[in-house]
Amino acid sequence: MSFFARFAQNRGALVGLVILLLMIAMAVLAPVLFPESPWRMVQRPFLPPFSQEGFLLGTDTMGRNVAAGLMHGAWVSLLIGLVSTCVALLIGVPLGAIAGYYGGLVDDALMRFTEFFQTIPNFALAIVLVAIMQPSVTSIVLAIAIVSWPPVARLVRAEFMSLRNREYVEAARLVGQSNSTIILRQILPNTLSPIIVLASLMVATAILLESALSFLGLGDPNVMSWGYMIGAARTVIRQAWWLSFFPGLAILLTVLALNLVGEGLDDALNPKLSRER
Amino acid sequence: MVYARLVLMRLFKAVIVLFLIVIFNFLLIQMAPGDPAAILAGEAGAADQEFLDQLRERFGLDQPMYVQLWRYVSGIAMLDFGYSYRLGVPVFDLIMDRLPATLLLTGTAFVLSLVLGIVAGSMAAARVKKPSGSLIMALALVFYATPLFWVALMSVVVFSVYLGWLPAYGLYTVGAGHTGFALVLDVAKHLVLPATTLALFFMAIYTRMTRTSMLDAAQQDYVKTARAKGLKPGTIQRRHVLRNALLPIITLAGLQAGQMVGGAILTETVFAWPGIGRLMFEALQQRDYNLLLGIFFFSAALVIVFNIITDVVYRLADPRIKGAS
Repeated sequence: MSFFARFAQNRGALVGLVILLLMIAMAVLAPVLFPESPWRMVQRPFLPPFSQEGFLLGTDTMGRNVAAGLMHGAWVSLLIGLVSTCVALLIGVPLGAIAGYYGGLVDDALMRFTEFFQTIPNFALAIVLVAIMQPSVTSIVLAIAIVSWPPVARLVRAEFMSLRNREYVEAARLVGQSNSTIILRQILPNTLSPIIVLASLMVATAILLESALSFLGLGDPNVMSWGYMIGAARTVIRQAWWLSFFPGLAILLTVLALNLVGEGLDDALNPKLSRER
Repeated sequence: MVYARLVLMRLFKAVIVLFLIVIFNFLLIQMAPGDPAAILAGEAGAADQEFLDQLRERFGLDQPMYVQLWRYVSGIAMLDFGYSYRLGVPVFDLIMDRLPATLLLTGTAFVLSLVLGIVAGSMAAARVKKPSGSLIMALALVFYATPLFWVALMSVVVFSVYLGWLPAYGLYTVGAGHTGFALVLDVAKHLVLPATTLALFFMAIYTRMTRTSMLDAAQQDYVKTARAKGLKPGTIQRRHVLRNALLPIITLAGLQAGQMVGGAILTETVFAWPGIGRLMFEALQQRDYNLLLGIFFFSAALVIVFNIITDVVYRLADPRIKGAS
């Protein structure tokens, strides 16, 4: 069976993929459909949804178009989710690979370091980091990456430990390949499937983290994001439910879609381990 | 005695971790933008040099770096977290004042999510490959993907604004002057929405974990033996499968403690719950860095204490594990 056929066997994963493509389309089409800045006041404030042509989802406390914010926000959420996951992989994969390949003291030291980061409450650390570095896309990406690399390191370490004594690695060693070649060319390619599955779930968590940070007022002040929209509408929730409802729904759908796609990838990449359902 | 040694070793490790966090905190304070004295003075509306120097001296900001580090570390060792730059009150007092509310909220949410998660998970495990079982798992996935602060806000809209069943803000009705049982009831009413929204996410995690763990346990030989003996399926599920399936869930619960703190920050912010999470939000809004870092340290300490407790419980629950590893 081909990769996609196995992926498509999981109907949830297909649904997830469709939602995800829709979100990407929203992000890409935002500048086309709403060329104006989503921060511009375009109508009277507190316009309810479905009440006026051109303002399908209503306007917010400052008269800004909710639909425009939603579409521009898709871009930010997806971008931050993706980039911070890549940065987390750049930290976690080398640390895990070195710990798992060399073992011994190196492994001990690196795992203590990883445990330290796992003990610190995730979200509280992210808040402190962004607050001190000042909110910006860069500081948010860094903070999310710093709190989410430990699971990557643990996974890669476990994979390396189970692979480092296989025959093909012994063979590579006998041929005289250097440690770095063995790590990069022999073992790492064989650990890619679990890393890809974990990464897709990490993008989902990263999007939740980003939205929670901007909800608390720690978003980049120059970019419109879903979390910011909900946070700004928090105090007027009694008068205007739609200001929080639509951005929250967008977050929920995106995170759900990524989780479903992750499960599908797991089925497709690890056919032998496919869980009973 | 094994437990005493275990706890001692874990405490030793905890002290090292906390020491590292203190140093980390100190470095972050140095990185924080602006001179705290200037921020303070700006807030007070006066910025002449003399006043700034006075403030610097009062908060020890005129000392060399290593003296400041020593004062900071030795201060925290004696539970002196310094002053909140904005409120002029010791950080430790502020946190202690807010801690009971957070413990009440997270404790309730923890028990609620654990009980509901285990019940839902075992129901899903008993209904594998049936629509009802899949429905439970689909719901768990939705709760897992929902932003906590959004559920909180939507539950305010539905249960407080629209239906008017439950209060949405605070710990108790201000000015009602309830005492005794009436006060307990009042607080319980205020607790329903925050605790439930905080519990949903964790319930989803425990549901998935319980199901997987029970399906694994059901494959074991002792379950086959029990079935061969002719025990009723219900009895097997309860006494043989569930009991063994619960072990990994205790470990998981320990790992979730950090997440719980993060969740409490968001829920307390939405429901104006007077705990340390709300305090953190207030510190954030006022850029009160010393208070912020004090709360950060404290939340890490809470997580470590909770981890030690789950570790001990795990060993009590599973006598096969002996010694300290």
